[in-house]
Amino acid sequence: MKYLVFGLILLLVVLHQDVWNWDNDRLVLGFVPYTLAYHGCISIAASVVWFLAARFAWPDHLEDESPAADRSTASSESHGGAA
Amino acid sequence: MIKVLIISIYLGLLLFLGVFSSRLFKGTSKDYLLASHSIGPFLLLMSLFGTTMTGFALVGSTGEAFAEGVGVYGMLASSSGIIHSLCFFVLGVKLWSWGKKYGYTTQADFFRDRLESDKIGLVLVPILVGLVVPYLLVGVISAGKAIQGATSGDFPGLTESGAIPPWLTELVICVVVLVYVFFGGMRGTAWANTFQTLVFMILGVVAFYLIATSLAEKSVSEGRAHTLVDGERVVRTDPPTGLWDSLHIVSQEIPKARRVRAEVQLEDQIESVEAPPQFRTRERLDPWMFFTYMLIPFSVGMFPHLFQHWLTAKNGNAFKLPVVAHPIFILIVWIPCVLIGVWATTGLINIPPPIASDPNKVLGFMVKNLSGDVLGGFLLAGILAAIMSSLDSQFLCIGTMFTKDIVVHYGGEDRFTDRQIILISRGFIIAVVAITYFLSLTDIAQTRVFQLGIWCFSGFSSLFPLALLAVYWRGLSKWGAYAGVLTAAGVWFWLFRASEFGAIDNWSVNFTLGDRTIHTMPVATMFLASTVATVVVSLVTPKPSDATLAKFFPEKS
Repeated sequence: MKYLVFGLILLLVVLHQDVWNWDNDRLVLGFVPYTLAYHGCISIAASVVWFLAARFAWPDHLEDESPAADRSTASSESHGGAA
Repeated sequence: MIKVLIISIYLGLLLFLGVFSSRLFKGTSKDYLLASHSIGPFLLLMSLFGTTMTGFALVGSTGEAFAEGVGVYGMLASSSGIIHSLCFFVLGVKLWSWGKKYGYTTQADFFRDRLESDKIGLVLVPILVGLVVPYLLVGVISAGKAIQGATSGDFPGLTESGAIPPWLTELVICVVVLVYVFFGGMRGTAWANTFQTLVFMILGVVAFYLIATSLAEKSVSEGRAHTLVDGERVVRTDPPTGLWDSLHIVSQEIPKARRVRAEVQLEDQIESVEAPPQFRTRERLDPWMFFTYMLIPFSVGMFPHLFQHWLTAKNGNAFKLPVVAHPIFILIVWIPCVLIGVWATTGLINIPPPIASDPNKVLGFMVKNLSGDVLGGFLLAGILAAIMSSLDSQFLCIGTMFTKDIVVHYGGEDRFTDRQIILISRGFIIAVVAITYFLSLTDIAQTRVFQLGIWCFSGFSSLFPLALLAVYWRGLSKWGAYAGVLTAAGVWFWLFRASEFGAIDNWSVNFTLGDRTIHTMPVATMFLASTVATVVVSLVTPKPSDATLAKFFPEKS
């Protein structure tokens, strides 16, 4: 599912380069310039794709890696290895 | 005067919120700087969104649409909907996880540990601060210009134009933001951001409604609206019947922009006059320029204030709502602003030359002229809300970086008590606010907000490859990181100077391919150079120890 989500993101990036709309000066619904309406739909589509990511491809395992570590303990661990 | 009163009450509410949130303050530096990792999905969504939407999104997008047309939405807003959420998804959740586990507060904290380099902060922090300061200026300048445009003529005798001077607005908002960040820290900032994000989204929609209906009424009363009767276009005389009808009436005007309207007679104004289509299409915009614009939203991956906000999350799942809702929130804020900017070109409202020559003032001017004093006051409060909801996080993060990455790290962890760390942090925040304010009084304030913002974001974007590689590539070395950061900074400065420090609008890096010239955004060159430098140098220099790699890239069981 993760690959499908990233595939859809890539598809959105391609659709975003809408050279075929470059000189389209129509008004959609009688008031929104075409290019604005098209990219508004890209925003909505992005939200849908990110919903799929949150629903089916969320990295839940990170919760297990993050016990509520005490700041001082964690800090000393962290900086001990950073010099 | 009523407008000033409403804005004053709004600012007072913010101060109250900041002081009230300080009552929940636990007294530790972790609570002051990271709200003790207690922020849930809704507050996280509102604070992340409020932080990324600044004067650039409202004042800048309206002004840029007025100057360049509707293409501005595709250039930055729809791409941001894809890329910002991508950054939250691939970087935010992972860095939150490590931040909570290993106790990071700033980006330098993380990079020191990940790269086993104590000195990386000395290179990274000054560059990040150097890029945040222009971002702060974008907000401060936007506020000054918007209020100046919106109060023009209201205070005869105060200034030549009768407007509240920008220096006064800038001073007031700097002080207000300073006070609630000073007392409320990150918790106060998250609350204030949520409050302000709600305010500017609601009032933004109200402004859109008012401007659309007012312009439609003007169009009908001036005999410029038309309607179809038996297949023929005739002048419309009946008034608009609501928002939908008003939108149709006003947008009829988009193809007939003001730039040609002045040259024609009244009888020519229905259908026969075609304005340059650039305002409703992307005519004249190089597709390569448009494509490379898409790299700019990657700046979100390296904004230090967003990194700090990521770390405030209560858990990983708190990111889900921001990731999903962010593109829709961008749409709600940007589409009305872009339409307002394009409507301003139609001549339905006369934009005088001093306003037209400074697009930052267009939104404030339209609010002033198309709404009453009471509503105008609320709408201006909404504009200020958008601006201040970014300033607070930026002030706090710079104070945090100076305190944690320079003073505490190099002065010694055990040298300062928690109370002293908070004190130092607050001291730096005051200093940063003061420096920002004084810079806003210089000639930099004359730069177009949008252009200044683009240069600032481009710098952050060119550091994005470093963040991505640090999270996903075991092969990244500290020398690769140094090379990437210094290359990004060097190329940024070189190109910024070539653009006469942002004075040349829409400056591009051009390549010749056969007989065609390809225009690209400067960010593409920076991004590519930084990536190549980071990867190539990492490939030929020693990697971090096995222990560090095991810490960040554990074997999957």
